[in-house]
Amino acid sequence: MIQANGLTKRYAQNVAVDGVTFTVEKGQIVGFLGPNGAGKTTTMRMLTGYMPPSAGTASVAGFDVVEKPLEVKKRIGYLPETPPVYPDMEVGEYLDFVAHLKGLPAAECRKKAEYAAERCQVKNVWGKLISKLSKGYRQRVGLAQAIIHNPEVLILDEPTSGFDPKQILETRDLIRSLAGDHTIVLSTHILQEVEAMCESLIIINQGRIAASGTIDELTHRDGTILEASGVGAETLRETFAQVPGVSAVTLTEDGEKLSFSITTPGADLRAVLARTALDKGANLLKLDTANINLHELFLTLTAPAVVPAAPAVETEEETAA
Amino acid sequence: MRNVLTIANKEIRSYFNSPIAYILIAAFAALFGYFFWSLVYFFVQAGMQAQFTGRSMPLNLNELVIRNLMGNAGILCLFMVPMLTMRLFSEEKSRGTIELLLTSPLQDWELLLGKWLGALVMYLSLLAFSAISLIFLFVYGKPDVQPLLVGYLGLILQAAAMLALGMFISSITQSQIVAAFLTFFLLLLMWVFEWMSGMDQNQITQVLTYLSLVKHNESFIKGVLDLKDVVYYASVSFFGLYLTARSLESLRYRG
Repeated sequence: MIQANGLTKRYAQNVAVDGVTFTVEKGQIVGFLGPNGAGKTTTMRMLTGYMPPSAGTASVAGFDVVEKPLEVKKRIGYLPETPPVYPDMEVGEYLDFVAHLKGLPAAECRKKAEYAAERCQVKNVWGKLISKLSKGYRQRVGLAQAIIHNPEVLILDEPTSGFDPKQILETRDLIRSLAGDHTIVLSTHILQEVEAMCESLIIINQGRIAASGTIDELTHRDGTILEASGVGAETLRETFAQVPGVSAVTLTEDGEKLSFSITTPGADLRAVLARTALDKGANLLKLDTANINLHELFLTLTAPAVVPAAPAVETEEETAA
Repeated sequence: MRNVLTIANKEIRSYFNSPIAYILIAAFAALFGYFFWSLVYFFVQAGMQAQFTGRSMPLNLNELVIRNLMGNAGILCLFMVPMLTMRLFSEEKSRGTIELLLTSPLQDWELLLGKWLGALVMYLSLLAFSAISLIFLFVYGKPDVQPLLVGYLGLILQAAAMLALGMFISSITQSQIVAAFLTFFLLLLMWVFEWMSGMDQNQITQVLTYLSLVKHNESFIKGVLDLKDVVYYASVSFFGLYLTARSLESLRYRG
């Protein structure tokens, strides 16, 4: 449904997005995850046809965003980071205007506007001025605006920012309920949100894709963490190393407690390893997979890259020469 | 065309959703009424004086009242246009609603044409309030209708050109105050280029005289429809719209 190929956005001073390539299948919910300023918004703006890429191509529903922008725009619903609402309009007036703007037949505009309002639970404020609405309501009016023309693709830039916890849950439910008919790309820097909503994940850092895949794929690590006590450290280590399927065992001793990190490529050997430890007469304190959580993954991937100092100085000298 | 009307409709609504439309209408109606009252006052006095001295003076309602009235209404334009155009794009930019407009399935030219049309209709509704005064002229006098209509056409064409320039300036800034001030400055400058016509004629003064906004309105005020003045206003309007289109394009690239 969405294809981006080497998508790049360069400004005069910096590169905001640098060669981003990804594909989103029909009906998926994909999360763009990254720290602030990573290039999420810019990537989304290029997908919506708001700004053209400096290099690379992107297509939505089979239409190139540069060559056929109108076709793309007809098929996209977009909620920018600040909901694009007019404070001096009433909710109904605004949604009716958006329906016309999206090119819906004049006779249907009112009906579609009402349906979108109902779907996003803003029907009860239909006659209210948008300037009088709370932030949560405004965001939902923004969401209603995005789905009004029943687009194939929804692009939501931080759809739950500024909500209270109850509204966050409601919005998540709403977005999930939209997933069947729509392909959804949403950006966020809230990790629970990704876990709660997204089937697959694209982590962006400094304009590049740091990792992508399903949450399971990204956080899965082959191996077992095992803590035990009451037995000699070395005996236990050798026993583990001899278990078929184990490729490496590392041991950390903390007083009585022995912490093993056991690498088992392509297999989950937790049961076998536990039994082995018990057979040796050890007290089993902890048993877990070596999977990391999203939080750790995010922090490792988005940690500022350590730039070696020496080569930088060399380049400076070169340019000076 | 439907998209143009959608945008124009929205612009007109937002003028009337905010106090600006009512303030401008009230100010325009009050000033125009005052102009009218004082011009009629002087006209009546001149008439009484003519009667008193026994000399028959050629007193023409069109010449003495309507011409001056049209000229003054043109000057009002100088102050009203910046207030009409300042919000057209700056407000969309500062509120972020520009993202909605630029990601909706419509062409840039449809967007800017719609906004320009909306502002023009707003100006027309200001101008409509001048009719209140003119009704009295027709009730108590016999002015020529044709020069009056030409005069109105001149005002509308002049406003169209000024609105297009104002819209361009609004598209280059996020601040409505900056847009209003820059527009006023530009229009005032183009207005006073008229003085060049009284200076030594060389190429520069000739070009600047030609560019003067008010110079081209003179023939309309006299009730003369001159094609070259129509062409001037049409080209200034087109130029303003073209610059706005380029400015939107650069907005897309710069983000």
